[in-house]
Amino acid sequence: MAAARAALESRGRILRAVRAWFEAEGFLEVETPSRVRSPGQEVHLDAIPAGHGHWLVTSPEYHLKRLVAAGLPRVVEICKCWRADESGPHHATEFTMVEWYRANAPLEALAADCEALIAVALRAAGRDPASCGLAAPFARTTVRDLFARHAGIRLAGDEEAPALREAARAAGVAVGSAEAWDDVFYQVFLDRIEPALSGAGPTFVFDWPAPLAALARRKEDDPRWVERFELYAGGLELANAFGELTDPLEQRRRFEAEARVRAARGKDVYPIDEALLAALPRLPPTAGIALGFDRLVMLALDLPDIRQVMAFGDA
Amino acid sequence: MYDTSDIRKGLKIMLDGSPYTVVEFQFVKPGKGAAFTRTKMKNLLTGAVLERNLRSGERLEPADVETKTMQYLYGDADSFVFMDTTTYDQVHIPKSTVGDQSDFMPENINVEVLFFNGRAVDVSLPNFIEQKVVEADPGFRGDTATGATKPVKISTGASINVPLFISIGDVIKIDTRNGQYLERVGRA
Repeated sequence: MAAARAALESRGRILRAVRAWFEAEGFLEVETPSRVRSPGQEVHLDAIPAGHGHWLVTSPEYHLKRLVAAGLPRVVEICKCWRADESGPHHATEFTMVEWYRANAPLEALAADCEALIAVALRAAGRDPASCGLAAPFARTTVRDLFARHAGIRLAGDEEAPALREAARAAGVAVGSAEAWDDVFYQVFLDRIEPALSGAGPTFVFDWPAPLAALARRKEDDPRWVERFELYAGGLELANAFGELTDPLEQRRRFEAEARVRAARGKDVYPIDEALLAALPRLPPTAGIALGFDRLVMLALDLPDIRQVMAFGDA
Repeated sequence: MYDTSDIRKGLKIMLDGSPYTVVEFQFVKPGKGAAFTRTKMKNLLTGAVLERNLRSGERLEPADVETKTMQYLYGDADSFVFMDTTTYDQVHIPKSTVGDQSDFMPENINVEVLFFNGRAVDVSLPNFIEQKVVEADPGFRGDTATGATKPVKISTGASINVPLFISIGDVIKIDTRNGQYLERVGRA
């Protein structure tokens, strides 16, 4: 199911409009390596081997942060990323990411960027944001609110995994054999939260629990939650943003913990990106975000399958 | 045991003590979470459809179900007797398991019988059967306006509404799912 000609033409227009918007905002478009020694260490992302100890990037985040640390306050990259074994209506193993960073800006600045970019993409596709229910401002909520409202679960953020599992079971969620904190969390999320988000207008989901911190920093006023949002629109998980962690010691601890989980689950363990850790002390307070470009085009064209917006989606 | 990578249409698995068959499935993955397979399944006993998000690595118990082609032989007081067309074994299946569709189950017809843990739990008829009309009221004129129908009987005793031109001895095609007359296919 490759894209129709009209979809490819719209995709081209959206790409040009997105580039123009970043340029007008004062961003520098950069390119970083696709083939790296240290792809993302996240437990649930698997990189594709690229020979001689290298891997294809699952996200350009490590290199982009090094550029911010080196003194480039606004950078954007539009590039291919690869994630092994991800294929479905919203997933392709090879896809296009738009990733950008704003130094000395709050997370909310990236939410405003998303609202602007979606309007840019819709107009490039000849649609009006208001008439398709995608006018700014988008709704803003928190993970804790969503769990309370749609699953009846009071998420503490620092409960032990068995307690969360018990709460999910009590709420009637079929948790199966899930025991890890994040596995139970996402079972609830997929069963209860995502269907609700799919039926709602565009929504920013802020304040993720610390066990799902990834590269985000903890909130100053409540360390059980981290500075992170995800944007959901039109049934799509469109973007993920962090208030970036700048503490190299905590970052090393997280990398090592993730590496241990990967090893325990029989997954490839990637070398820790020492160049990133060395650069973190120079990283100013920064907000960074990754947005799936193919999904942005799906949203703008109201198409349900990612292959409908890719020229060679069957590759 | 199966795992989520075995999921495909028609896979038969146990869930909460009942056998299910997979109707639809889709890869889903929250950005920072494990992969899941969003799976739509039909309960083989009740026909009820449910959706489950099965986490990658979740173990799935195969359902001990088997479909056999069997020939319907005859009915007795409270069961129907079927014969396995390959082994010639005969089984009695309660009339309640077959249900109303026995109206469209003439003798000697081949049906699909679903066995769960060795017990027959469901009988599926072919979607269409061809049957001879055995009883029709010759004097029945009905309303002669276009589209008028009259009731006739087939060998099972079931009453079918047919167009007025159908008479005894005609062979007609019937949709077993709704009992509707489709067309006349000839005369016996």
